[in-house]
This record gives sequence, C-alpha cells and structure tokens, in this order.
Amino acid sequence: MKQKSRIGRRENSNRRAYVFLFPYLLLFGIFIIIPVVIAIGLSFTNYNAIEFPGFVGFLNYINLITNDEIFMQHVLPNTVAYAIIVGPGGYILSFLLAWALAQLSKLPRTIFALILYSPSLTSGIAMTVLWKVMFTGDQTGYINSWLMSLGVINEPIIWLVNTRYLLPIVIFIGLWSSMGVGFLAILAGILNSDETLYEAAAIDGVKNRFQEMIYITIPNMKPQMLFAAVMSIVGAFQNGTISTQLAGNPTPSYAAQLIVNHVEDYGFIRYEMGYAAATSVALLGIVWIFSSISKKMFAED
Amino acid sequence: MAYKGHRINPQKFEKSQIKIILIILPLVLVMGLPILYIINHAFKPMDELFAYPPKFFVSRPTFDNFTKLFKASRTAGIPLSRYVFNSSIVTITVVFSSIILSTAAGFALSKLKFKGKFALMNINQAALMFVPVAVMIPRYMTINVLGITDTFFAHILPLIPLPVALFLVKQFIDQVPDSLIEAAYIDGASEWKVYRKIVLPLIKPAIATAAILVFQQVWTNMETSNYYVSSEGLKTLTFYMNTLTTTQNTVAGQGMQAAASLIMFLPSLVLFIILQNSVMNTMAHSGIK
Repeated sequence: MKQKSRIGRRENSNRRAYVFLFPYLLLFGIFIIIPVVIAIGLSFTNYNAIEFPGFVGFLNYINLITNDEIFMQHVLPNTVAYAIIVGPGGYILSFLLAWALAQLSKLPRTIFALILYSPSLTSGIAMTVLWKVMFTGDQTGYINSWLMSLGVINEPIIWLVNTRYLLPIVIFIGLWSSMGVGFLAILAGILNSDETLYEAAAIDGVKNRFQEMIYITIPNMKPQMLFAAVMSIVGAFQNGTISTQLAGNPTPSYAAQLIVNHVEDYGFIRYEMGYAAATSVALLGIVWIFSSISKKMFAED
Repeated sequence: MAYKGHRINPQKFEKSQIKIILIILPLVLVMGLPILYIINHAFKPMDELFAYPPKFFVSRPTFDNFTKLFKASRTAGIPLSRYVFNSSIVTITVVFSSIILSTAAGFALSKLKFKGKFALMNINQAALMFVPVAVMIPRYMTINVLGITDTFFAHILPLIPLPVALFLVKQFIDQVPDSLIEAAYIDGASEWKVYRKIVLPLIKPAIATAAILVFQQVWTNMETSNYYVSSEGLKTLTFYMNTLTTTQNTVAGQGMQAAASLIMFLPSLVLFIILQNSVMNTMAHSGIK
C-alpha cells in the first residue's frame, strides 16, 4: 500500500486537521503534557515538596545508577522478573484467549469474555478485599486452609511477609489481571476481520486453525496487535499497586518492590521528589525502548 | 477432504468447539473465582465471615452487610444520594466528552494530513508510558494555577484526555480503508461528514472498548477527590465508599468492604454487558465489502 492516496492531497486538510485535534490537544496539553514536562524538569533538581527546588544537574540520575543499592539489588531485578513474565505472558494469554473465544458461538463467548475481563473490572477494590483474604497468613486464610486440608503443608505459611513467596504471588496476580483493554481490542479485531479471507485462504491451501491464525488473523489485525503489545509493556512496567496493596510500601525486605513502588517510596514517603522524578524518567526510557521494538514488529508496510 | 476454513464467530454450536471450551475452562474458572467470592462474601452473615475453616460459598445469605453499610452512611452529614449524584454527573460527562475528543483526534491522526503528525503520535504514546504517580504533584500545581480546585471541573477536565483511548481509537481508524473515504470525498462529503457518517459507524467496537476503559478510569478514580476537591459534598461515591470501609476497620469491616465492592462493581458489570455486543460487533465490516 505504497501509493499516495488522494486523502493526503486535499486542500485545507492541514487546517481542518487542527480543528479536529484542537479540543483533545488543549486538555491533553494542560493536564498531561505540562505536568509531565514539569516532572521531567524536577528530575534535575533536589525538590523536596517544601523548599523551592534547586538545580542539581544529572546528580539524581548518577545516584540512581551508581549509589542506589536497593534499586540495583532489589527493585530493578524484581521489575525485570515481573515484566518478563507478566508482559509477554499476559500478551500471549490475551491473544490466545481472545482467539479461542472468537471460535465459539455468541452466548458462551459473551459469558466467557465477561468472566475473563472481570479482574480488570474489579481491580483495585478486589485486590484488598479478595487477595489479602485469600493469602491471609494464618490457618483462616483460604489458601492456607486448602493446602492444609489437602496435606500439602502442615503449618500455615505467612504468604505476604515471606520474601520467597511475595514476588511470585505478585506475578501471579499480575497475570490474573492482565486480560485488560488489550484483550478487548484483540477480541474486537479478530471478530471484525473479513470472513471471506478465511474462505479464500482455505482454497489457497491453509489446512488448520493454527495456520489460519498465523497467516490471516494476525496480519489482518496489526493495529490491534500493536496496541495490545504496547499496553502489555506499559502494564508490565507500571503496575505497582499489587505489591503495595498486598504488603505495603516498602514491601518486606524489598522482596516485591517494583520501580513504580520505588518512585512512590521516594516521592510520597521520603519526599525526595527530584529523585522520584528521575526514577520515573528512567522508567519511561525503559518502556519506550521496549515499545519501539514492538512497533517494529507490527509495523504497517 | 478439503479444508473449508473455520469461520470466526460461528452461528451455532459445533462439536469442534468442545475442545476449545475444555482448554479455556480452567482459566475461566480461576479468573471468575474473585467475582464469585465477592458476591458470596457480601451476603455472608457474621459467623460465616469468620468461620473456621473458612467457607467459600455462603450458606445462609443475608443483607446484614448492606444494612450496616447504609447505617454507617446515615451517621455522616452528607446523604449517600449526594455522592451517587456527583459520581454519575462526573462519570457521564467524562465518558461522553472523552469519546468525542479521542475519536475526532484519532480521525485527524489517522486519516488527515498535517504537519507534526508523527511527532504528535509519539508524544501521545510517550504520555501513556509516563508513570502517573510521578505526575501527581505537577498536575496538582497546574490545577491550582487554573483555579478550578474544589469544583466539578477538577473532577472532569483532568480525566477527559486519555492517551490510551486516543491510541486505541486511532489504531481502529487505521483499518478503515482509504478507498472508502476517498469515494466519499469524490461524492462531495466534507471531513466532518466523513468523520460522522463513515468513521464513527465503522469503529463502533473501538468506541465501545474505549467507553468501558474511560468509565473504569473515572468510576474508580480517587485522585481527584483526594487532592483536587476538599468540600465533602463534592466528593465521589468511590472516595466515600473507600473512607467508609477503611475507617470502620473492625471485625464487621470485611463484610462491609465486600458489600461496598459489590455495589461499586455492579455499574461496571452492567455497562460491560450492554457494550460487549458492540465490542464483539461482527457486522462492522459489512459496509466495506
């Protein structure tokens, strides 16, 4: 699709485009861009939320890389582990489940889609009510009680304090809640693909559902695949609520401390806003690199 | 035996679907567990909430938790209906404005030509990658400078621009064939008309998905009530439910929390059930063929 379309050559197109964009851009600029720019500016200062910020150059960034033992020993490895499992894992799971749902007829599909999306609908509220009770550390907790009645363990495990279990639990809940808006977008994309393509492909020698998925479904919904990929990456690096909701901030021995929690810790507990801002700019960089890679994968050619 | 091709969205049940159902069923059960849990928990009487060993399913359902919740709300100075009203106004306004603004901007970014297009798309995507917590204080500063603190505007305006919604909508508009839009231009349609008559009807699934997304963001948002609004009478239901359940941290708290979660969850559930038909709208391409 290289040929230039007439759309681009319309007169006045330039001016009209700005009319369509203006309302969004106005609010986007005021409530998102300006605050983000201020935050990036603060990352070069020693702002502590009380005194006027003083310029410190790259000191915060240098400290983050060379001086922050907690960041290097706990926060970064935890975040990488979490992101590697929950990012691709959640993405593949979203795609496979959406694809499987599309093969079903309407009623079971609707019910299953609702149930699969429900963790995203309940997130936040469900976290405290549900998972904390599930993983309660004494024998009244559901998980402990089940495992004990099955004879897997004899003593209740203090799940949310034990450093061995905390990160795996956080990762599990991360995966559990990863059927989010990306999942919905993929589902909509698959269901909206042109059915005649599947018939044509069958004539051309596609033999099974798997080949259909690789040769027709995925190439036909690159925009949705890219959207879901970026959302998975952002979700994998930015979800910090699970750790803090389960175990507080900082988490016991930093066992499940993620970069976002580190930002919260410095920003709202120690009031080192400048340092917190620098950490979040670093996080932005990491997320940006990964989403650029996914953009290359799903580039429209 | 020639392979005929599996149709996406089959009209009726076929045998080949059984294996798919069997594969995804365990996952569906794990995912569904929490809803079941919240529903069961909300209707449990006191002794079942603290039963040992714990019981998952309620055996003698009661409305005790709900009556306790409403009793607690009656002791406060501001009636519950006020919070319901606030939340409804804020949520409805934001969802509609956000959808209109994102679809208009998405149309421009996808199908119109102008200077700075790619830069804008990249800025929008970078914005959704920036951790929200880091922007909280600068955001408070800008809202303060604008002088809209402690008004409905503080609830509504900051939540309307949602980069994720724009990104989503733009991706779907990319799939609308250029030829269709060109044909409309040749017939003398204006950009405005193309947006309304061609783009919007064809991206219904994206609009429905974005609506669910925006609704979630607004309905569960506590940031605006926490930081930008100080009058009790202007705060939202989510904020109120949260204070109610966290300050009552007694033994009764758990049941009340479950009841509150269920109440807050119901509107999301209803909205999803209404909109899922459009998300899984398989008729969308009929205008293109």
